[in-house]
Amino acid sequence: MTKSIGNAINRIGIPTFAVGLLLLVLLITAGVQGQSIPTLITDILNRVGMNGLLVLAMVPAIKSGTGPNFALPVGIEGGLMALMICMQFDFSGWFLIFSSLALCIVLCTILGWLYGKLMNAVKGAEMTIATYSGFSIVAFFNIFWLAIPFSNRKMGWMLGNGLRETIQFKNFGASRIISDLLKVEIAGVGIPFGMMLVFALFCFLVWFFFQSKTGMAIYAGGQNPRFAEASGLNIDRNRVIANIISTILAGIGIIIYSQGYGYAQLYNGPLNMAFPAVAAVLVGGATASKASIPNVLIGVCLFQGLMTTAMPVMNQLFTGTDLSDIMRIIIQNGVILYALTKVKSGGDR
Amino acid sequence: MNNGILEFINVGKEYSGHAVLKGVNMDVRPGEIHALIGENGAGKSTLMNILFGMPVIHATGGFTGEVRIGGENANIMNPYDAMQAGIGMVHQEFMLIPGFTITENIKLNRETTKSSPMSKVFGKRLETLDHESMAHDARKALDIMGMDIEEYTRVHGLPVGHMQFVEIAREIDKTGIRFLVFDEPTAVLTESETEHLLDAIRKLAAQGIGIIFISHRLDEIIRLSDRVTILRDGEWVATEDTKNITAAEIARLMVGRALTLDRDESERKISDEEILTVKDLRVNMPGEEVKGVTFSVRKGEILGIGGLAGQGKLGIANGLMGMYPVIGDVTFKGEPMDVSKTNETLKKGIAFLSEDRKGVGLLLTSPIDLNIAFNAMEVQGKFLKKIGPFTFTDTAAIKANAEKMVKDLDIRCTSIAQNAGALSGGNQQKVCVGKALALDPDLLLVSEPTRGIDIGAKKLILDLLKTLAEEQGMTIIMTSSELAELRSICDRVLIICEGKVAGELSPTDSDEVYGMMMSGMSKEEAMKAAKNAGGGPND
Repeated sequence: MTKSIGNAINRIGIPTFAVGLLLLVLLITAGVQGQSIPTLITDILNRVGMNGLLVLAMVPAIKSGTGPNFALPVGIEGGLMALMICMQFDFSGWFLIFSSLALCIVLCTILGWLYGKLMNAVKGAEMTIATYSGFSIVAFFNIFWLAIPFSNRKMGWMLGNGLRETIQFKNFGASRIISDLLKVEIAGVGIPFGMMLVFALFCFLVWFFFQSKTGMAIYAGGQNPRFAEASGLNIDRNRVIANIISTILAGIGIIIYSQGYGYAQLYNGPLNMAFPAVAAVLVGGATASKASIPNVLIGVCLFQGLMTTAMPVMNQLFTGTDLSDIMRIIIQNGVILYALTKVKSGGDR
Repeated sequence: MNNGILEFINVGKEYSGHAVLKGVNMDVRPGEIHALIGENGAGKSTLMNILFGMPVIHATGGFTGEVRIGGENANIMNPYDAMQAGIGMVHQEFMLIPGFTITENIKLNRETTKSSPMSKVFGKRLETLDHESMAHDARKALDIMGMDIEEYTRVHGLPVGHMQFVEIAREIDKTGIRFLVFDEPTAVLTESETEHLLDAIRKLAAQGIGIIFISHRLDEIIRLSDRVTILRDGEWVATEDTKNITAAEIARLMVGRALTLDRDESERKISDEEILTVKDLRVNMPGEEVKGVTFSVRKGEILGIGGLAGQGKLGIANGLMGMYPVIGDVTFKGEPMDVSKTNETLKKGIAFLSEDRKGVGLLLTSPIDLNIAFNAMEVQGKFLKKIGPFTFTDTAAIKANAEKMVKDLDIRCTSIAQNAGALSGGNQQKVCVGKALALDPDLLLVSEPTRGIDIGAKKLILDLLKTLAEEQGMTIIMTSSELAELRSICDRVLIICEGKVAGELSPTDSDEVYGMMMSGMSKEEAMKAAKNAGGGPND
């Protein structure tokens, strides 16, 4: 009996199981505390929609063998750049969203290509280099945002040059434009169908891509580089392709995230965005060498569910403390730490 | 200095039910040079691991029988015990620190020290090194071997021959050394360095140290050793005084098997058309370097490539597939080709079954059907369908193909969705064959097809290869460490020694000739020696 439970936990994966259990306990506590469960669920769904693509961006990178994309800020900065350029021209509403998405794909392809080349040059140390690439590009863009001669008054500081730290979508008529699309309220729960459709569409596209010849080749190169080599595949090229896709997903992800949040956060905003995304996919059962769409779906729901529920529950339990954020940091980094210890053992769970 | 014999009494060892040593008896007398010879996998290293109490032995359930020194059970449970008992080993790879001087290398962790103010406060670990006495000890050890190099020279940049001597000096500097094991010490040495080393070994023996000399070079064994023990397939075959035995006899005892794989003697039709010619192929595969190999294969032929481990036989197939840096002129079906481009080689109809089945051959965590289809899909664009501008995998075609292969090749699995890693070795090999066949190749390179496969499944794989050659006219180049296997299905066998072709043999040539050629003799020498020994080609 205990053995079969142990087996079941092993199948689900320890992080997934532990976080799932914690979420369950928190939801029950919230109910006991008399908090509004429909409101909580509404929040969870909203945050899943906002973060989904950033987590999905992990899949191509992991499958290609470069490991979780710790350099998510590279794509994020690309997405923000596209957004800023479109805002400079004072585009608004859906036109702003679609034009920035189109521009984002172009910019992120270039950034992803460069980043992919870098990953090929540092084989064996991808994750460390990726983390610092993420940090470095944020520093670079910090200068960039200050120096860029954008003139739209909705984006600048009151005094001096450069862009503001947070730029409101409201001023461009695009705040929560996707998040509120097709939103239906059922039993007090606001279900953002539009947002969920967008997330589902991208999940499907990524899944579909990995059914293609190139997708298979990327997967094989990640699973067993020597096998791929013996099959005459160009592993380096495939790794670059995978990282371009990951970077594009990150760029699109930040545009969707920002509209849902209502603000575009520049400067140090993207600095630590990679870690929650990496943690989420790992919580979903992925390893540093294996990831799938179900891992993304389970992971983003559990992780964002936990983040959303923990705050009100903890605030009520320990009034006046910041415990929920401390817990977020512990869980987020704990999960990453756990997953990284599993990297060398092959991770063929 | 030394009294008492080193005895192995009825020593046996199993690794998870698989017996690798079966009741081996051997004894080494003080001052004797005792050669130990056998093919790869004959049990030489296992026997030495037992002698040194290596963790690999005791972590896998220990061994049966006894190791005695001077008539008493030596009870060696770990390498430290072995050292205490006066057993030393000169390693095949040099375990030296390049940045240290010869003295420092010799005395590493056995330094002589004198006390200093620091050590009086902080303990013995902080005593100062007594360089003078260390240098003196090192000098003494080097002198025993007649080595006139300065003891304060750095090891970095020394010729390999000298490094070998430093290794030996380290062993003999250990106080109370009684037995010294040399594991293939001449493998990396030049001819003159070898001479020098053999002299040194004789000197050591003259001082009463018992020597175990492991080598596959028959001529060295004949010249150097007092007695020779031959192992084969984990069993003791013979121990003889070297002066009473010839190289040919040793070779026969080493190779010959009571149980052989039968060879079907019916003549096969092979066309005269040369499908592949290879000129001066050089492959930089670490540990299996190929240094200029020339041969050709006719259409429909099964060519065997044999030789001892590390001589370069595996490098040939790996080089032809472009898995390692390679140069050489290769002509396939009358057209020259660049073998460094794996993709093009596969496209031209050459498929490869790697010796590293799990590492290179398979995606272990992927299902059987994908494994079989993968190469054909990526290389030839089979099993794909077009949807609009995109190409996608044709799952139905992949499944149908896998089902057919499972049936044709008799792959034992629960379903084609089972992961390749979950199959037994023999079935994994069949999946690899299936993967190669999906490419519909004209030439199949097969390396170590039966490694790690039990005896029943071995025969199945070999029969399968033979059927492919006979019924589909496929040309096969099979590389194997097992002579019996090569001789059972090949039409010709090339013996590779030291990165070059030592010669070409017929599968019906005698055991002695095979054994001697693998040990570095030329074909003429081997044939002559075999004739003198009265063996001659047997049928």
